Amino acid sequence: MHMSERADHKTAAMPVPAPGDWSPDIIRQEVAALQHEPGALLPILHAIQDRIGYVPEGAVPIIAEMLQQTRADIHGVISFYHHFRTHPAGSNVLEVCRAEACQARGGRALEHHVQEKLGVDYHETTSDNEFTLEPAYCLGNCACGPSIRVNNEIIGRVTPQKFDELVDKLTTSVLQIK
Amino acid sequence: MTITIYVPCDTTALSLGADRVAQELQLAATARNLDVRLVRNGSRGLFWLEPLVEVQTPYGRVAYGPVEPGQVEELVAAGLFDGNPDHALYLGDIAQHPYLQRQQRLTFARIGITDPVCIEDYIAHGGFAGLKNAAALTPQGIVDEIKTSGLRGRGGAAFPAGIKWQTVLDEPHNQQKYVVCNADEGDSGTFADRLVMECDPYMLIEGMTIAGLAVGATLGFIYVRSEYLLSKKMLDEAIRRAEEHGYLGDNVCGNGRAFRLEVRLGAGAYICGEETSLLESLEGKRGLVRSKPPLPAIKGLFGQPTVVNNVLSLAAVPYIMAHGGKVYADYGMGRSLGTLPIQLAGNIKQGGLIELAFGVTLRKVLEDFGDGSFTGRPIKAVQVGGPLMAYLPESQWDTPMDYEAFAKLGAGIGHGGVVVFDDTVDMGEQARFAMEFCSVESCGKCTPCRIGSVRGVEVIDRIRAGDNSDDNLVLLEELCETMVDGSLCAMGGMTPFPVQSVMKHFPEDLMASPRPVEA
Repeated sequence: MHMSERADHKTAAMPVPAPGDWSPDIIRQEVAALQHEPGALLPILHAIQDRIGYVPEGAVPIIAEMLQQTRADIHGVISFYHHFRTHPAGSNVLEVCRAEACQARGGRALEHHVQEKLGVDYHETTSDNEFTLEPAYCLGNCACGPSIRVNNEIIGRVTPQKFDELVDKLTTSVLQIK
Repeated sequence: MTITIYVPCDTTALSLGADRVAQELQLAATARNLDVRLVRNGSRGLFWLEPLVEVQTPYGRVAYGPVEPGQVEELVAAGLFDGNPDHALYLGDIAQHPYLQRQQRLTFARIGITDPVCIEDYIAHGGFAGLKNAAALTPQGIVDEIKTSGLRGRGGAAFPAGIKWQTVLDEPHNQQKYVVCNADEGDSGTFADRLVMECDPYMLIEGMTIAGLAVGATLGFIYVRSEYLLSKKMLDEAIRRAEEHGYLGDNVCGNGRAFRLEVRLGAGAYICGEETSLLESLEGKRGLVRSKPPLPAIKGLFGQPTVVNNVLSLAAVPYIMAHGGKVYADYGMGRSLGTLPIQLAGNIKQGGLIELAFGVTLRKVLEDFGDGSFTGRPIKAVQVGGPLMAYLPESQWDTPMDYEAFAKLGAGIGHGGVVVFDDTVDMGEQARFAMEFCSVESCGKCTPCRIGSVRGVEVIDRIRAGDNSDDNLVLLEELCETMVDGSLCAMGGMTPFPVQSVMKHFPEDLMASPRPVEA
């Protein structure tokens, strides 16, 4: 079977994600805003993920048609890059640096602690949907490791204790008493 | 009287609470009815002192660090706003700090001193002098100056920049040419590109514009890794302001030539630091490595002649054009001319950016600048040049940092990252990680890299489990050779270097069973 046919078949069989988080119009808007740029596909995928939180599989045929590329082309690019996700993430995306400079400062122990504390492995989301855990291969904070990134904030010299405090802070809902 | 206070805004300072330190300072000033001007400067690259707070005084910029947010009130009470020395965190005039005094900061002369996006600051500290000189020269005149400087690619390959530029210049003029900046700084232990972009972005803009004038390119792209969102933000703002001031646009510096810049984000793929993979990615494709030839200088981005240089190579250009190639070439040794921005990282007490002429020994860097390991334990191994480079045992630390001297060891300088490990490191695990990393990040185009790395992890696991260790060690040696000789690019071709260095210098760790990691 040709790749594009397989992609066709898959899209037809896949349930459309819950309404509310995205619509074909949103995808069309983002593609239209960038499609005339040279090498537009990565900027388009970033724009979609920044807006919706992920790149829905249903976006693939729309992007393909508007860029006049095959669905296989688009799918191939999305799946090549670690950054793009095809399913929604938890409320917080937590990246742990696994690279050498952090290893030298206890990164492996931190990594184990994080997985134990959250009860998930890399690329998984906690059952309460609070955290999606991802590996990072260098956050560029190599003199002050081990480092993690929570959403867009990089935190240095993370100890297991500092990590636990952070998780508590992020998962504690604020109650306002009037 | 207005008091000027500086709190850095680079990623490392922020990762240690600089924003909160700035807020606390502002609150403390307001509570005392003081008129304080808070400047968010770049980092000076003395990372163990971050967040480093500076106060402008008649005797220079007096610094305190590392300042935790909770210490601000106490520091202010001790007279921080007057530059009072009566506090344990007092460091005196930061410009006189021995860590800075012992360096030769040519490229990084401005970082930490200026507000990164303030174009007036940049100009007041010598910015755009190189571009103005370049604008008065012919394209060949600019390329000749770069050749004279001896500048070699700082991304790792060390290819002479002048020759690359000449190749692009020599391509016919009646076609689109590009300048592409490789800002996909993925090597662990490196942060110099990030410092350029976050702390002195105009320097990169100036370097790229000069490259554009030199080769006849009218458009440039900066390919920034998606992990570096702050770099993109700083560059976008700096590009906007440079356009407003006529340093970018249709009429660069009023000399009638056009040059524009655009920042593009990568998407978390280490391989896109390889130049042909980066070009594929910029074109909106999977980051698969291209076969060379054709060279990107002849058929690069969208098939057009393209200069692809690393951030640090392009950042060195404004100094060269401002002071002359000869002045730059007076630094360094042998064929490694100019300065090398060394990034000292990992388990080290005083990590940071150390710009020095080529030729300094690794031991001097570790001892004089680093002041030993962070944990206070003996240093066991040092990985220089990123995840694809060798681990060096102490017997090799007296080698001068020079491309040729390191190549003789089967090692490399790469992008200048130096990652330090103390004696608790399990070198067998480091060898395994090299293969594992390659298996995660291989683009998959060639077999030795795609499959070799997976097999590499398996073979190392068998060796460490005591399963036919001797035979498997021979197999690992052969696998390494196959990857080195048979891979399409440096990813598969150099992944064996750290593995081979462990086999050679730390065989006892490789043969021992893995040590448990305590969570």
